[in-house]
Amino acid sequence: MARQHAAERANVVQFDGVAVRYGRGPEILQDLQFALPAGSFHFLTGPSGAGKSSLLRLIYLAQRPSRGRILLFGRDTSVARRYELPALRRRVGVVFQDFRLLDHLSTLDNVALPLRIAGASEQDVRKFVPDLLNWVGLADHIDAHPPTLSGGQKQRVAIARAVIGRPDLLLADEPTGNVDDSIAMRLMYLFDELNKLGTTVVVATHNENLVSRMDYPRLVLERGRIMRG
Amino acid sequence: MIGGRSDLPLSDDSTGAYLPWLVAPMVFLSAVALAGVFILNTLIGSWDRDVAGTLTVEIAAAPGEAAESAERTRGRVEQAIGILENTPGIARARALSQEQLVTLLAPWLGSSDLLKELPLPALLDVTLEGNGGVNLVELAAKLAKSVPGASLDDHRVWLNRLIYLSRAIEWLAIAVVVLIGAVTSATVYFATGTAMAVHREVIEVLHLIGAADGYIAGQFASRAVFLGFKGGLIGLCLTLPVIFGIAVGTDRLEGGFLSDLSLPLGGWIAVLTLPLIAALLAGLTARAAVYRTLAKML
Repeated sequence: MARQHAAERANVVQFDGVAVRYGRGPEILQDLQFALPAGSFHFLTGPSGAGKSSLLRLIYLAQRPSRGRILLFGRDTSVARRYELPALRRRVGVVFQDFRLLDHLSTLDNVALPLRIAGASEQDVRKFVPDLLNWVGLADHIDAHPPTLSGGQKQRVAIARAVIGRPDLLLADEPTGNVDDSIAMRLMYLFDELNKLGTTVVVATHNENLVSRMDYPRLVLERGRIMRG
Repeated sequence: MIGGRSDLPLSDDSTGAYLPWLVAPMVFLSAVALAGVFILNTLIGSWDRDVAGTLTVEIAAAPGEAAESAERTRGRVEQAIGILENTPGIARARALSQEQLVTLLAPWLGSSDLLKELPLPALLDVTLEGNGGVNLVELAAKLAKSVPGASLDDHRVWLNRLIYLSRAIEWLAIAVVVLIGAVTSATVYFATGTAMAVHREVIEVLHLIGAADGYIAGQFASRAVFLGFKGGLIGLCLTLPVIFGIAVGTDRLEGGFLSDLSLPLGGWIAVLTLPLIAALLAGLTARAAVYRTLAKML
């Protein structure tokens, strides 16, 4: 029993018999049983409609499972009080598939959001955000607003926003879908660096080329179930 | 955070633009009602001070020829003064002169010489000692029995009725202020709900990247405080001419029963703090509305 608790604590994410259904429809995710150890790097692959985004939504606490139990950083989210969830979310960086940038904010302010939400000083914001934007090749667009950026640029802003707070867990939903291979590899290198610094990384992608070039385990999701992990 | 950086595009949003123009009339009405309460309170106080510690004894003119009537009435007056001055608790009793009586009646009967020849009743102005303590019922009976035509007029009877009426009006005005506060609150509540619906996507992003409810609510509350204060100032600007107008109107009355219709210091403080109260109310309401809406999210 004690050993089991220790293992749960060592896992950043643990799914126990998790399923998701919307309304009275069929279960789109079924009996998910897996764990992501701290410091691991996983690709989440599978055909379109397999439920990759839904699985990520469960992890970043955008929705609750219909049944089963999800532990995030050792905390059972099904029994966690609502006021505890923001602190858990702040430990998770998310690159949304549709970016979800705030159009009325500049690139700098979009990337700075997690820092400001965490209560960082403006001095830290001015210090860290331009550095990161420079790293992702957007130094010249620091004051630009998302509607004026290309799809690839938006994606890089979204990635910068997800990693700026040095999250313990990084979830990326198709993070390289709108960028060319060289930028995709550069972004993967950024994820790799973060992983080496201790961040647990999950990248949902269709990009087989990317997956094969990086030697990391896969979670393969098909018809709502994990087929390989 | 007022006027500072906000993650939500609230300043561009038309849902908040009309809020000051809804708060302004609310503050105007509250200020007028509140000023009314304070003015009425001061007025009641002044009536109370003027009348407390005094009584009037009226002695009907004795029948008979003018000279004889005057002589007999004078005798009754002296007799009444004797009774009054020997009553414990009465400091002084004096009869109003013929000239004073004529002056009192002049607004109704004019000031012709004929008035001086009419058999006017005598009026005694009675001053009570500091804490009163006179049994007025007993005194009235004694006067009526000993002095023909004498009656005691205790101003308290009608004054109390007036004070009760005034107090009722005061409470009504306070209820109006509370009601206006509730309506203002409801307005801000629904405006915040609309703004949240408009900015739902932004709120969701902030929520998912770890913003606590207080962080989001704080931004809405700051905006509501700013708009509420702006509306409050507009309402106050509308109110001030009204209050000054009442004061000027009072001066033209040249004293009398409505001698003191100016707003006392406490009233000025209450009226001038209304924009702050409106801002505070708007902020707290917006915060509550956001908390309530966010509680429906995971």
